[in-house]
Amino acid sequence: MTAQRSTWLENPAIRIELWPALGDTLLMTLFATLFAIIAGLPLGIWLFMTAKDSLAANTVVYRIVSALVDLGRSIPFIILMIALIPFARFITDSALGWQAAVVSLTISAIPFYARLVEAALREVSAGKIEAVQMMGASRWQLIRQVLVPEALPGLVSGATVTSVALVGYTAMAGAVGGGGLGALAISYGYQRYQTDTMIACIVLLVACVALIQLLGDLLARSVDHRR
Amino acid sequence: MIELKDLRKEFAGTTALDGISLSVAAGEIHGIVGRSGAGKSTLIRCLTGLEPVTAGSALIDDIDITQLRGARLRESRRTIGMVFQHANLLDSRTALANVEHPLQVAGVPRAARRARALELLDLVGLSDRAGNHPAQLSGGQQQRVGIARALATEPKILLCDEPTSALDTQTTGQILSLIRSLRDRLGITVLIITHEMSVVREICDSATLLENGAVTQTGSLQQILSSPGTPLAKDLVPLPPVTGDLGDRALEVTLAGTSLAEVFALAQQAGAPTAEVESGTLETIDGAPVGRLRLVCDDQDARDALSAALRAGGIHVEEAA
Repeated sequence: MTAQRSTWLENPAIRIELWPALGDTLLMTLFATLFAIIAGLPLGIWLFMTAKDSLAANTVVYRIVSALVDLGRSIPFIILMIALIPFARFITDSALGWQAAVVSLTISAIPFYARLVEAALREVSAGKIEAVQMMGASRWQLIRQVLVPEALPGLVSGATVTSVALVGYTAMAGAVGGGGLGALAISYGYQRYQTDTMIACIVLLVACVALIQLLGDLLARSVDHRR
Repeated sequence: MIELKDLRKEFAGTTALDGISLSVAAGEIHGIVGRSGAGKSTLIRCLTGLEPVTAGSALIDDIDITQLRGARLRESRRTIGMVFQHANLLDSRTALANVEHPLQVAGVPRAARRARALELLDLVGLSDRAGNHPAQLSGGQQQRVGIARALATEPKILLCDEPTSALDTQTTGQILSLIRSLRDRLGITVLIITHEMSVVREICDSATLLENGAVTQTGSLQQILSSPGTPLAKDLVPLPPVTGDLGDRALEVTLAGTSLAEVFALAQQAGAPTAEVESGTLETIDGAPVGRLRLVCDDQDARDALSAALRAGGIHVEEAA
């Protein structure tokens, strides 16, 4: 046991590369989640508003946006990422590193979060919307003052789900030069048979997911006034 | 003042409102009653522009709301306060912020709307719950906040869509007397949609019966009560359903401004046979004795004699099945 423990700590892959890899994973997840919320929230609101019998019903617009969102969600991430390498290079000036990975992670997370936003907004009761319409509220006021605040617990939970999914995707991003815990697990744990590196990476990934879920749940509860 | 002129609404082949005409004078509390599916909710949605009408007009203070769109419709909605069956308060806002909301929508500065909202919460007796979220309030308290919110923009008209249907009897009474006292103090016109005749009995000045999307009876409470035998008059003073087989021996007597003693005296004078009271409802509405009795005679001949005697005395009588 003692011998094995010293091996773990002496392993340079763990000693030197584990913590920077953890940092890369967290940065990728954080920025991709942030950008996915910034773009996915309006897209989800747009979907909700243009849906049949909704506040700005427009079947044509809804079908087009809906089809684009589903297209984005149905392309396997690994393919999307490779296809986006030129775009990522254009934006970040590099095809490597976590910054480049954030581009493709964000692109894949936007439609995912947009659907969750649409579902969360549907949970807001029609009665509440009508009550505020009766005050003479404009569409913009309905979005700002009713839809978003009333759906906030659901929007936060959706962001948590998106963030957790992104942790998984960072591992794939790592496989094509994005860095992070996934890259470490693949290049050392898998390709060089370092089981200890593999286990260390998995433990940290599990910890990341647990932490994100915990923070997300706390935040969702603090904005929920339905109880 | 509210005036509906031949309002029609058709949904994909079915007629929900079949030419509704009706007028409610300023300061009056008017009840619209009907079974579910009679068109009550459609009517209120057309009256607020939430639903476009097929034909006809809905004038609120001489402005036809069915013709308004966009900003002008939103503007005119601020002159109507609306109370819902489930208060429809926003869970994300405190009671105070909910009452402030219509003023916020209208662009009233924060300090002014806060002062007004506190005043209104006081008016509905909930100033101590200003900081509570709706989930922390009882159903009756939520409805009070809903009423305060509806009054925030000082509307001339208050529309109430089944305001007490989700409340227990005691709370219903409190909410209804609140609505009446607000009418008395503020002089607003109130339109109440309900399926409960007790609401009409307790606070309405006039009522309309809606059946299959059409008005089948309308009038002031006195008019309704002095026309015994009409559907609204019967519903206002209900009798329990007939139990058992009374055959041809039962008789339903309506008292409209006539006291029970007068009815008995009349029967005695005419030498009519005696009868048992099977069931009955007696009330005083607007100071006049009002009621209905179901009498059971010994046989069909006795019943016919009694009903003839009462009819001759000007009492409304129906031979019940």
